[in-house]
Amino acid sequence: MTSNPLVTPVPLVRAKYETILESWIAEQRRSATARPDLISDSDRARQSSEVLSTLLEGLDSGSLDVSGPAWEHMRATLRGISLSRGRLGFSPTETVLFILSLKEPLFDSLQELDPSDRAEAILELNKLVDRFTLFTSEVYQQGREEVILRQQQEVLELSTPVVRLWQGILTLPLIGTLDSERTQVVMESLLQAIVDTGSTIAIIDITGVQTVDTKVAQHLIQTVAAARLMGADCMISGIRPQIAQTIIHLGITLPDIVTKATLADAFLAALDRLGRRVVATDTESAAGR
Amino acid sequence: MDRVPIIKIGKYLLAAIQADVQDNVAVALQEDLAARIIAAGSRLVLLDISGLQIVDSFIGRMIGDTAGIVKLLDAEVIVVGMQPAVAITLVELGLTLSGVRTALNVESALAMAGIRDRN
Amino acid sequence: MAASERVTVALRTQEDVVLLRHRVREQAVGLKFSLLEQTKIVTAASELGRNVLTYGGAGEAIIEACMKNGRYGLTLTFIDHGPGIPNVEDAMRPGFSTGGGLGLGLAGTRRLVDEFELRSEVGKGTIVRIVRWK
Repeated sequence: MTSNPLVTPVPLVRAKYETILESWIAEQRRSATARPDLISDSDRARQSSEVLSTLLEGLDSGSLDVSGPAWEHMRATLRGISLSRGRLGFSPTETVLFILSLKEPLFDSLQELDPSDRAEAILELNKLVDRFTLFTSEVYQQGREEVILRQQQEVLELSTPVVRLWQGILTLPLIGTLDSERTQVVMESLLQAIVDTGSTIAIIDITGVQTVDTKVAQHLIQTVAAARLMGADCMISGIRPQIAQTIIHLGITLPDIVTKATLADAFLAALDRLGRRVVATDTESAAGR
Repeated sequence: MDRVPIIKIGKYLLAAIQADVQDNVAVALQEDLAARIIAAGSRLVLLDISGLQIVDSFIGRMIGDTAGIVKLLDAEVIVVGMQPAVAITLVELGLTLSGVRTALNVESALAMAGIRDRN
Repeated sequence: MAASERVTVALRTQEDVVLLRHRVREQAVGLKFSLLEQTKIVTAASELGRNVLTYGGAGEAIIEACMKNGRYGLTLTFIDHGPGIPNVEDAMRPGFSTGGGLGLGLAGTRRLVDEFELRSEVGKGTIVRIVRWK
């Protein structure tokens, strides 16, 4: 290939790297969408530098296929930036303008090329940047969707209440399928509730849980160990036959943890530990029932 | 922090470790506790670590050593107020603090010690 | 707010380890790590920082924010020019100790982080690099 319009500008772009970078960053800062409240100067400079250097890398390959292996690095870089900007609170427009604003400084650097080469180069570079802009926009969308999903998850977690059964006794009813991440968050809030309420016994009730895998069991065991370190203790109630089987088959040993079939049994055991028990108020009416 | 203050409340001693303690402060605490236990005839020391955001293996060892020293003086240490994040981290670090009793707060600690005395 | 670039903490005295914990905490807070994540990374830093003093004599720690596949993370690198570790495998085993006490604590520290890398050469020194992703 004697003259690939993408490759021709490479030596110029490489030579004028610093100039292009500087004027791109200046352009970004000048823009109304700069958002210095969301991104520091040094981060902006770092991100811009990453993009420009990976652009150069890709241009060197001469490939126009933005979804191909030659542009893998660029895609990864843009993905990272787009996701983090989305998380930081940049709008889709602001995120996309970041890439688009590269055009002018880039094209400006090609003054020294002869007119027809320059025209071709600009045409191809323009297409390329447009495609990457679209890519960035898509990634941003996906990122936002993930954030929404996670927020929904968090709402779910918050709606798993820690219930105070009695003075000094908490219960955490777990429901549904437990995944590792959710279990961790829920366990942390149980430990915090133990401190906040000064409860010495926490009953983790898994009546509503479908399955327990090794990871979840490990989190449970670690939570009990942490509670003990803090000066409280845990019981597990509501172990259904299937779960009991799974635990044994997986070879999980629950170290010295009191387990009860029902929450009621666990509650009575907890009361007993605190030196309390349930009694009938009136023997006659109790007999009459 | 130069020295951890020790307060005598009735029959027990209370020492609150507010922040990172250096080696010398830790050793000073152990010495001070030993002296106060003997002087006051106390059998119980409450070590309040609710102000500690970080407990690494050095601090863990220091707590263990303190408990050991106090035990030799026929008294007992109960560590009080461990933060959840600290507890979770200690479990992951593999530090069990075995041989050291813990309680959620001063009230529980006293109840623990009280119940023990009744026996 | 994004975290700043690399921060280097010289490790020569006990007070330096205290400073190290504060700096690591600052960076972790800047990256919006949760309290528990902060506790884990600061504790790991404290362990490794102390090791530098105890086994390496003196050294330094470098704290750097990093990013991979859209996730922010914190990288800590501990460097000393001490005697080095003759048998790394032994040192990584839980409960291993050459001095009195709980030893290097490397096995436990490793569990607190997502990535753990150790390079050591007898007579030259040791480099430990840990990463915790958000």
